[in-house]
Amino acid sequence: MSFESEQHADDYWKENLRLMLTLLVIWFAVSFGCGVLLVDELNAIRLGGFKLGFWFAQQGSIYVFLALIVVYVHKMNQLDRKYNVHEDHEEPEEFEEALEEEFGQ
Amino acid sequence: MDIQTLTFLIVGATFALYIAIAIWSRAGSTHDFYVAGGGVNPVANGMATAADWMSAASFISMAGLISFMGYDGAVYLMGWTGGYVLLALCLAPYLRKFGKFTVPAFIGDRYYSNTARTVAVICAVFVCFTYVAGQMRGVGVVFSRFLEVDITTGVIIGMAIVFFYAVLGGMKGITYTQVAQYCVLICAYLVPAIFISIMMTGHVIPQIGFGAELNDGSGTYLLDKLDGLSTELGFAEYTSGTKSTIDVFFITAALMVGTAGLPHVIVRFFTVPKVRDARKSAGWALLFIALLYTTAPAIATFARVNMIDTINGPDAQGTSYEQAPSWISNWESTGLISWEDKNGDGKMFYSGDERNEMKIDRDIMVLANPEIADLPAWVIALVAAGGIAAALSTSAGLLLVISTSISHDLLKRNLMPHITDRQELRYARAASAVAICIAGYLGINPPGFVAQVVAFAFGLAASSFFPAIILGIFSKRMNKEGAIAGMISGITFTALYIIYFKFINPAANTPDNWWFGISPEGIGTLGMILNFVVASAVARFTSDAPKDVQELVANIRFPKGAGEASAH
Repeated sequence: MSFESEQHADDYWKENLRLMLTLLVIWFAVSFGCGVLLVDELNAIRLGGFKLGFWFAQQGSIYVFLALIVVYVHKMNQLDRKYNVHEDHEEPEEFEEALEEEFGQ
Repeated sequence: MDIQTLTFLIVGATFALYIAIAIWSRAGSTHDFYVAGGGVNPVANGMATAADWMSAASFISMAGLISFMGYDGAVYLMGWTGGYVLLALCLAPYLRKFGKFTVPAFIGDRYYSNTARTVAVICAVFVCFTYVAGQMRGVGVVFSRFLEVDITTGVIIGMAIVFFYAVLGGMKGITYTQVAQYCVLICAYLVPAIFISIMMTGHVIPQIGFGAELNDGSGTYLLDKLDGLSTELGFAEYTSGTKSTIDVFFITAALMVGTAGLPHVIVRFFTVPKVRDARKSAGWALLFIALLYTTAPAIATFARVNMIDTINGPDAQGTSYEQAPSWISNWESTGLISWEDKNGDGKMFYSGDERNEMKIDRDIMVLANPEIADLPAWVIALVAAGGIAAALSTSAGLLLVISTSISHDLLKRNLMPHITDRQELRYARAASAVAICIAGYLGINPPGFVAQVVAFAFGLAASSFFPAIILGIFSKRMNKEGAIAGMISGITFTALYIIYFKFINPAANTPDNWWFGISPEGIGTLGMILNFVVASAVARFTSDAPKDVQELVANIRFPKGAGEASAH
C-alpha cells in the first residue's frame, strides 16, 4: 500500500469519486440535457445564426467534453500530489540519489 | 496538371511516407509489437488514437449523414466524442495502472476466469472484423473514384500497404504511421472546409462560418436559408430533425458507451509510460478528434446548401441536364448519383417529395464537396489522400487488436502457455497477416449489411465490455459469476433485438414495433443497463471476489507504482 494509512486511501478514493461524479453530471447536462431533452426549449434562444439547442447538440457539447477532460487531468494531478501517490519525481529522485552517492555530495 | 495525375502524386507521396516510417520503427519484441514499447509521448499517442478512431466512416460518411439528417446527425457528433469523457474519467487511468496489453487480459485477470477471457476474445475479434470490412470498402471506393482503378485492385493495394507496416511494425509501426496519417487526414478535412467557409460566409473558421450570415449581401443566416430551403422542398426543417427524443437519447448513449468499450481504442492507453499520461492522452485524443468533429456539421451544412443550389439552380426551378456541372457526371459513373427525368423537362430537380428526380448517395458528400464548390484540383487530390489515410489507420489498429487477442490472449494465455516471446511474436504476425486477408476478402465482397453491422458492433461493445470493466474497477466485490452473467445477458439481449429487426424481420423495423420507441441502433444502451442489473443481482447472491483480487482492485485506484504494461 502506497498510502500512509487506510484512512488516506479511503479519502483519496472518495475525493476522486466526487470529482468524477461532478464532471459526469456536467457531461450529462450538456449533451443529454441541452443537446437532447431540452433542445426544443433552447432552440427558442438564438446564438447568432445558431439556435441554441442545435448549437449544443452539434458544437457546444463537444467543447464542454474537452474542457471536462482538461479539468479532470489538472485536478487529479493535484489530488495525486496531495496524497503523495503521484508518479512524477520517482525517477529523478533515484537519479539524484545515485548522483549523490557517486559524488559524495 | 489534371486531377488524376495530382491524386496519384499526393496519394503516392503519402504511401511512401507511411512505408518509410514503418521501416524506421520496426518492432523487435512482443512488447514493441503490442504496446509500442510503452514509451509513446501522450501528444503523439493522442494523435495516433484520433487517427485510429476516425475511420472511413468518420471521414467519408459522417458529414454526408449529417447533411441528410440535419439535427439528428448530432447523435454521431455527441456519441462519438462523449465516449472520450467516459474513457478519460472512468477507464483509461485504471486500465493503464493495471498494466496489461489487452481488454480480454483485463477481463480474464480481474474476474480470475479463463471463461470470461475467452468470451472477451470472441467479442473483441467480432467487433474488430465488422469494422475492418467497412474500412477496406472505403479504401476501395476512394481508389475507384479518384484513381480509376476498379474496387478490387484498390482494396488489394490498401491491403498490401497495411500488411507491410502492421505486420512489420506492430503497435510501434502503427502508432507512428498513425501520427502521420492524422496530419494528412486533418489537413484534407480542414482545407476544403476553410475554403468553402470563406466563399460562402467570409469567415475563415468553418465552426463560426456555418452559424454566420451569407456573404451574398442578403443578410440571411446560412442555417435559416437551409431551414427555408428544406421546408420548401418537402424535407424536415434542417435544425429540427425527425427522430423521436427517446431514440436520439438512446442512440447517443449507445455510441458513447460503445466508444468507451471498443477494444482498439482502449488498447491505445496501454502505450503511454504513466497513468497521468493516460489521462492526458485521452484529452489530446479528444482535442484532435474534436477538430474534425466540430468541422463536420459545418461541412454538412455548406455541402447541403451548395448541392441544392447547383442542382435546383438559382431560381429553384431545376437546371438543365446538358449544363450539369462536371461533378454530377463524374459521380454518375460510380453509380452513387443518378437522375431520372420524371416530368420530361430535361431539368434536374432535387426535393423531399414527389417532384424529386435525383438519387444521391450520402457517402459522396465529403468526397464530392470540393468539386461541388469548384475548388482547385490539388484540394480534391488531398481529400482523396485523407480518405485513404483515415481508412488505413483504423484498419491497422483493428488488425492489431485481432492479432493480439489471438496470439496473446488465446494462444499464450490459454492454449500454449509455454511459447517464447519470439514464437509469440511470430504468431502475432501470422495472425495479423491472416486477418488482413479476411478483411480484404470482406472488402471486395462486402456482406450487404456492412452499415447495419456497425450498429451491431457498438451495441455489443456497449452491452458487454463497458459494464464488465466499470464494475471491475469501481466495485471491489464484483465476482466472476456476476460479470459473466452480466456480459452474456447484455450481449444476448442486444444481439437478439438487432438480429430480429435487421435480419429476421426487417419489414417490422419501424418505430411502432420498437420497444419504448428505441431503434436497433440505440438498443445497446438498454443492453448495458440490463448487464449492470444482472451482474449486480448475481454478485449479491454469490461469494465476493477473492481477497487478492480485491487488493488488485485497490491497487489500480491510484497512480503510484505503475510499471510498464506487461504480459504477465
